[in-house]
Amino acid sequence: MYFLRRLLFLVPLTLLIATMAFFLVRVAPGGPFDRERRPASPAVERALAAKYHLDESLASQYLRFLGLKWERRPDGTWGRVPGGLLAGDLGLSLKYRDHSVADIIRQGLPVSLTLGGMAFLFSMGIGIPMGFFTAVRRGTAGDWLGSALALVFLCIPGFVVGPVLILLFALQAGWFPVGLWGTPMHAVLPMVALGLYFGGRIARLTREGMTQALQSEFVRTARAKGASEFRVLLHHAFPIGVMPVVSYSGPMLADLLTGSFVVENIFQIPGIGVFMVNSSLSRDYTMVVGLVLLYAVLLLVLNLLVDVAYSLLDPRVRYE
Amino acid sequence: MSEAASSAPTAKVPDSPGRRAWRRLARHRPAIVSAAFLALILLLALVVPWVSPHAAAQGSDLQFSPPDGSHWFGTDVHGRDVFTRVFAGARISLLVGAVGAGVSLVIGVCWGMIAGYVGGRLDGWMMRIVDILYSLPSIVFVIVLITTLETYVKRWVVDWAPGLAPTVRMLLLFAGLGAVSWLTMARIVRGQVLTLRTRPFVLASQSLGASHRRILFRHILPNVLGIVIVYVTLTVPAIILYESFLSYLGLGIQPPEASLGTLIAEGAAQINPLRVFWWLIVCPGAVLALTLLALNFLGDGLRDAFDPREN
Repeated sequence: MYFLRRLLFLVPLTLLIATMAFFLVRVAPGGPFDRERRPASPAVERALAAKYHLDESLASQYLRFLGLKWERRPDGTWGRVPGGLLAGDLGLSLKYRDHSVADIIRQGLPVSLTLGGMAFLFSMGIGIPMGFFTAVRRGTAGDWLGSALALVFLCIPGFVVGPVLILLFALQAGWFPVGLWGTPMHAVLPMVALGLYFGGRIARLTREGMTQALQSEFVRTARAKGASEFRVLLHHAFPIGVMPVVSYSGPMLADLLTGSFVVENIFQIPGIGVFMVNSSLSRDYTMVVGLVLLYAVLLLVLNLLVDVAYSLLDPRVRYE
Repeated sequence: MSEAASSAPTAKVPDSPGRRAWRRLARHRPAIVSAAFLALILLLALVVPWVSPHAAAQGSDLQFSPPDGSHWFGTDVHGRDVFTRVFAGARISLLVGAVGAGVSLVIGVCWGMIAGYVGGRLDGWMMRIVDILYSLPSIVFVIVLITTLETYVKRWVVDWAPGLAPTVRMLLLFAGLGAVSWLTMARIVRGQVLTLRTRPFVLASQSLGASHRRILFRHILPNVLGIVIVYVTLTVPAIILYESFLSYLGLGIQPPEASLGTLIAEGAAQINPLRVFWWLIVCPGAVLALTLLALNFLGDGLRDAFDPREN
């Protein structure tokens, strides 16, 4: 019930975000055709603006964007203008002519999602064992070393890790390609550059969660009834100790998606991140609105899924 | 705060929470080392661009010279001294981090205090907004805001205060990064205020007829200050990281000014298979990473020091 309400709430929220993005990019001075080859004659500019309906009033453009605009057809009848957000159409890119926003997203998104997903798994793969180990060996030199390492991961940003990895493993050693995308070998360095930071975050969260779980009553009970240490750690403490990581994975997915802006830039990966920066610089209105909407919807849905997973995993959590 | 002291007037007066925290912090070795290191970085950032024999923006014929006795961090594509540029960049990065954290502090503390103190439906709505903002890609909004508002603000600034025109991008960074980094602060402050509001000393003050303003500023604010300090210390590195991220993408600090992120981006642009100019990435990258590391260690130490559960 609670989740159903949240799912329904997504609709007005998405609409609100789309509206904000729509007006924000349009009130700013400068237009998408400012950087066209000069001198474009006023006639050319007018024609371009007319083609993309930028000569209309803001209200009219907004209705058209939503797909709620009615106009008189050449044969004299009234009808809805085809397209628009409510019909699932984000329009044509103003910069990459002849490509619709949906086309560009369809080409770049799988690449970005693959990279993000791999980095997600990579950071879980190094973070959870590190956090687990340091929590179990709390107070030892191993704990100190592991915790310091996690903090170091947190403090070296991806745009430092990336170039250094290229220098060491692509240029000096020659084990991996320097950039571009295609084979699994292409994905290794970007995955590490993107995921290392989050590995540090996850290690710290796991350590904190495990430490608390190990101090709790149910672990003491499990030990008292004679469960083996292995079983106490993995069966009793771990599922509770890893919960902070589950609740962090929502915001983390957000940061992974946006973190890939830089990593895609470094490794020349044809993902979607490059478009986000370029289109907002070049005032590609439809593209900016489409991408903002894409990121927002992705994150809202992922966060919802994380909360669902959380309530399924932790029996103590109840949403009403 | 004062309740403990008045309950045992003859006994030795216990330390105030603030003083106890200081004492604990002084025993926290990584935090002290980090604080000293930060002081050193700050000093270098302030002094190096001033006293260095090579001006940060001054080019020379000596391109891509590796680190040596005269150029400690080598030189870049225009023959500029990387050591001077790194610390001039560190100055800007630290400035953005500090001011951005200040902005987030003001918004977060006000938001959290109002929500926690007023409570009820207003609290519900305010925290709902925080939840929603949490689930949105904040950096995407910062990018859109910076790119769209820049020309607008610039036009406005040129009319009113032409001297500020070159710093418009930096002002936008302060505002934009501060505006998306206050959420955690608001949540923490609200939680603290909620529990403080029902504590006996606040209720006593309330029943004695103290005004809301007095309760908020005299009783509640001093008690949330500890945790606020901890989170500001942890917000500074987060904002520095954001800023260098944006600068790397070319959306942050603009040339001829340079932050550490810009310098790293310039270094990354020089990667080529023929010659390796490692110092252009490693030097600014190391200064950035060490600064962030020190700030995080200091934040961790402060958190332990202010933690009421530990003794």
